[in-house]
Amino acid sequence: MALTVRTKRKIRKVVDKVALAATVAVLLAPCLFVFFWMLSLSLKYDIDNTAWPPVFWPEEVTFDNFAKVFEESPMFLYFWNSVQVTGSATLVALLLGVPAGYGIAKARAHKMAAVLLLSRMTPGLSYLIPLFTLFQVLGLIGTVWPIALTHMVITLPIVVWIMIGFFETQPHELEEAARIDGATLWQAFRYVALPLSRPGIVVGAILAFISSWNNFIFGAVFAGRTTRTMPVAVYNMLTFESFAWGPLAAAAIVVMLPVIVLTIIIQKEIVQGLSAGGVK
Amino acid sequence: MAGADVTIAAGTRTAGERRLRPYLLFIWPALIVSSAVIIFPWIFTVWMSLNDWHIGSKQTFIGLDNYVNLMTNRRFLESIGHTIYFTILAVILPMVLGTVSALVFHKKFRGRGFFRTLFIMPMMATPVAVSLIWTMMFHPQLGVLNYLLSLVGLPPSQWVYAPGTVIPSLILVEIWLWTPFVMIIVLGGLASLPTEPYEAALIDGASQWQMFWKITYPLVAPFLVVALIMRTIDALKVFETIWVISNGGPGTASEVLNVYLYAQAFAYNQVGTASAVVVVFFGIIVALSLVLLWARQKAKWA
Repeated sequence: MALTVRTKRKIRKVVDKVALAATVAVLLAPCLFVFFWMLSLSLKYDIDNTAWPPVFWPEEVTFDNFAKVFEESPMFLYFWNSVQVTGSATLVALLLGVPAGYGIAKARAHKMAAVLLLSRMTPGLSYLIPLFTLFQVLGLIGTVWPIALTHMVITLPIVVWIMIGFFETQPHELEEAARIDGATLWQAFRYVALPLSRPGIVVGAILAFISSWNNFIFGAVFAGRTTRTMPVAVYNMLTFESFAWGPLAAAAIVVMLPVIVLTIIIQKEIVQGLSAGGVK
Repeated sequence: MAGADVTIAAGTRTAGERRLRPYLLFIWPALIVSSAVIIFPWIFTVWMSLNDWHIGSKQTFIGLDNYVNLMTNRRFLESIGHTIYFTILAVILPMVLGTVSALVFHKKFRGRGFFRTLFIMPMMATPVAVSLIWTMMFHPQLGVLNYLLSLVGLPPSQWVYAPGTVIPSLILVEIWLWTPFVMIIVLGGLASLPTEPYEAALIDGASQWQMFWKITYPLVAPFLVVALIMRTIDALKVFETIWVISNGGPGTASEVLNVYLYAQAFAYNQVGTASAVVVVFFGIIVALSLVLLWARQKAKWA
């Protein structure tokens, strides 16, 4: 009798395990397939890419598609534009957003946070018409600065959002001790809270960087021929330059490679940071 | 502690203000910058929406005419319909799938961290680049999706090339991109669950199902509402995927508000009309968010 109960339990355990593995596989399959297909398209010759039935594993791997992307468009220039735009938008967002997140968390001023939510709610397109006019008056159209400035609409709320969540979970005894010892509010922030918040800052910075890097619409409106960011450049390849499927897929990979690498580096912190910010 | 609570209760406002004042200096810079970036465009947009302005010609003040015209503009009204249709599906499906995924990835199994990283890749990938790949996959003659359908014995679809299937096809892309986002938020909720209620429930002989509905669900509900609010806002604002994949077509079959807006402003240069669309659009978003925030408050107290 005891034996049958034990074997029953064992069978149950195995069934559970198989069911779990199957569910994980079903969830991951579509996610992975798109990436696999992108890679496959980028490594095949055009004959294979337009074959029916589709060729899944290239018989002959080629890097011609990647070479073509770099030959026929100034990819390094676009890359540099993206770095400038995203880098400065992220940096300024950190300078303004980390203290703001601290202040809002400590004062429990959630109405202030609502203002930031408002900027997330406003459709990005609605900034464009007035800002376009403004930048034209200022003579900034044709430089990367209008793009960088508008990208702060994306980066600042993310940084504040993440930092509120982070500072709320940080114990405040240390700062209180510093205050009792005669530190000013600013000193308590600068020398006690800030050094402890490095992990939160890293997550906020990287998430802001990724969203800004991926943004298309601001660049699409403000960028001229030489100030295109990476996503805009790729979009133009699709519509205006008649690239074949192989080079297009290769360009898609080139654009998203930096964010994929960043995601892999801090995947654990991303999950923690995003979920901490979501709650209180 | 009890004394402090009483004073706060007696004068919530003054206590809140006293707490806030020393920290205002931390908040001001960010607040000033974001209001400058938000408020200037807003004043400008509202003013423009009261004018007839076609870029290149002179503007004339026409009062509410732009709004009146919009109310009878079929293309505009249809784009609202498309937006609602798109939003309902693009919220519900990722919410359901994201919650299921969160429950799965909350279990402990070997390689969980690795698989979870793979799973969140789509939301980090550049939407424009991803849309490009989907466009190729949707191709009715050479696309890999029709081949996959044929493998399981289903007839080929026109995907984004037919008015009837274009929005559901675009929803597939949206599900692919944003299910991980819902998953991460809900996963955070699951991670914050205390273990005591479960232990108590186990001792009392509760079933798995009972534990889910009586303990897990109520505790995770606030997280679900956060995910719901974010997802709704983002779905209403959808632009890039549609712009790249179907460009609002075929015809205007997938023209959502944001795409209509872009066309008015930057293809037809109708700045006045476009500004009026922005105002209406923002009104819709704010109204919906308020409803959802209200639901969140209710969920907190329930």
